[in-house]
Amino acid sequence: MSLLSGRTARGFLAATAMLLGFCAAQAQQPTIKVAYIDPLSGAFANVGEQGLAEFRFAVDRINARGGVLGGRKLEVVPFDNKVSPQESLNQLKRVIDQDIRFITQGNSSAVAGALLEAVNRHNERNPGKEIVYLNYAAVDPAYTNEKCSFWHFRFDANADMKMESLTTYMAGKKNIKKVYLINQDYSFGHAVKKAAREYLARKRPDVQVVGDDLHPLGQVKDFSPYVAKIKASGADTVITGNWGNDMSLLVKAGRDAGLNVDWYTYYAGGLGTPTAMGEAAAGHVKIIAEYHSNIANNKAAKWDSDFRKQAPKGNPDFYYLRGKLMWDMLAASINKAKSAEPKAVAYALEGMKYDGDMGEVEMRKTDHQLIQPLFVFTLVKAAAKGGPKEAKIDLEGSGLAPLTDARLEAYTSAQPTSCNMTRP
Amino acid sequence: MEFFLVQALNGISYGLLLFMLSSGLTLVFSLMGVLNFAHASFYMLGAYFAFQVSTRIGFWPALVIAPILVGAIGMLVERFGLRKVHRFGHVAELLFTFGLAYLIDEAVHLIWGRSAVDYRVPPDLDGPLFEIFTTQYPIYRGFMMLVSVAMLVSIWLALTRTRIGLVIQAALTYPQTVEALGHNVPRVFMLVFGGGAALAGLAGVIGGNAFVTEPGMAASVGPIIFVIVVVGGMGSLAGAFIASLLIGCLQTFSVALDWPIFGLKVSQVAPVLPYLLMVLLLIFRPKGLMGTREG
Repeated sequence: MSLLSGRTARGFLAATAMLLGFCAAQAQQPTIKVAYIDPLSGAFANVGEQGLAEFRFAVDRINARGGVLGGRKLEVVPFDNKVSPQESLNQLKRVIDQDIRFITQGNSSAVAGALLEAVNRHNERNPGKEIVYLNYAAVDPAYTNEKCSFWHFRFDANADMKMESLTTYMAGKKNIKKVYLINQDYSFGHAVKKAAREYLARKRPDVQVVGDDLHPLGQVKDFSPYVAKIKASGADTVITGNWGNDMSLLVKAGRDAGLNVDWYTYYAGGLGTPTAMGEAAAGHVKIIAEYHSNIANNKAAKWDSDFRKQAPKGNPDFYYLRGKLMWDMLAASINKAKSAEPKAVAYALEGMKYDGDMGEVEMRKTDHQLIQPLFVFTLVKAAAKGGPKEAKIDLEGSGLAPLTDARLEAYTSAQPTSCNMTRP
Repeated sequence: MEFFLVQALNGISYGLLLFMLSSGLTLVFSLMGVLNFAHASFYMLGAYFAFQVSTRIGFWPALVIAPILVGAIGMLVERFGLRKVHRFGHVAELLFTFGLAYLIDEAVHLIWGRSAVDYRVPPDLDGPLFEIFTTQYPIYRGFMMLVSVAMLVSIWLALTRTRIGLVIQAALTYPQTVEALGHNVPRVFMLVFGGGAALAGLAGVIGGNAFVTEPGMAASVGPIIFVIVVVGGMGSLAGAFIASLLIGCLQTFSVALDWPIFGLKVSQVAPVLPYLLMVLLLIFRPKGLMGTREG
């Protein structure tokens, strides 16, 4: 006997099935969240805000074109780590609690080291709950060499790759005779210092390294004593990996003391540094990076100007082309994997070749390091201030505009890796 | 020789800037017994106000207007905040100023954003003052030293040679008596706190364009000014002056040294030396160089 007649039962079942199906369809639709773990307060807050603004812009664009997997949206969820490794681990716990499966971080290799270790441990202990770590700026070479991990992907050229390209450019500059190295005293600064010494010795054995300083990260207010030291050494060129205020204050102190050197830098091109240096730096500051706004035949020009139009106050420039690349490649690999499951996405992302705005790039399978073309460029007076007419767009309204010295193809910076990756 | 002279000048001028920063703090502490954690935030406000004013009407008016504005904010804080908290004792005051520092930081973020603002040295003061052999010495550093020394002299004169200074000093030791004589003691305290804030504001006007005006600037000078006040002796203006010069020169000269210690170079640890000095001093002479109170 039955409480329901056969027909009613079938109808009921069908209705339930439809409802369940509907729920399942709904369950497939939640946004794919990516935790952005970077400084949003404290001394480097401006740097973190810049990345966040650009990433939100990139994600909005991807969502506007229809998202991924035929309609699912991406979302950036900010977590403030105050550039502290300890605080980053606390934030990672929150990320795990909220069941967010992708993280992205860039500022400070010390933070990156802590996160990488924590992500590896978490993934080992929680199969099926893995987290993928997208690194857009922490460039300590170790993370794609001896400390490489299947779960980590680096979209920025690492410190060694940048130095390789920079020294290739410097090798052709015969006016460089005496070089002074000054770097921040932590893993990244050490990496820059080591690479600079090694590569210069290989490519320009005639160049003399006349000084080599390390100073604490973000603690020095007055760089004039360092400048006096550089001056006393007789250097004509300074190489530095400094970023944030450590970069601006250094160049500013040099300008005040009338120090006449060329600065070869990684990070003088944005995040408040051009503003702080001012026009007096024109012609003397060179930068190695994957992008600047005045690149000839710039395929990202429209993106760049669209970003500027809606950019928040204080972060007017488009800085992270590699960020745009990171989001596009993440979307592409989710689509390729036909899943937002981190493990599947990681397998889809490794080895991926992508037609980027500056040419083809590759997420190298052996070490998860993105291989991309780089540019050496100089900050010159902007066209509006009487500089060359190619220097159209200035940085932060500072009157300083980037101008390409050389384009270094992807193979220039590609280096062998000691990575021996274990795959799940 | 050139190197030594340049470093000595750098050390003295940095020391004098540190004195500008810490004089207000030590003054407020000596006269009111309040350790103002928000002092560095007033320094930052001074820089931002100066930036705002100087873009409209120039640097020289900003040099006067910005400290007055910061002083006015300081007085409002004392009148409507600190005075109410005062009756709950020193811990409450400390916590109040601690919270205030965060509030000011956030307000600066909201108003001016999180990046550096383009606050520049005025053209009149931009350029070399003189040359020592081949190194230029910037005019602005000379200006900084001048203002700092002027500040020391005028504070000292105001406290010891003027009527209001005498009332302030008397109000500290015998508030009831001074009140009975018809002086408004709470108002005196309000003036003192406002004055301390204005001094920090003035340091901000000068330091903001010498270095970088950005929301992290308060956090980056906060610790060092406490070191100076502790090393100099809590509440001693002369002590703060000597400690500032001492720390300025200590940092500057240790940068120049490449002697090895425990696998590091002296230059590498230069910025931590002031903190080492503070810890040692607290162990061996807790009242500081010129301080009068123990502990």
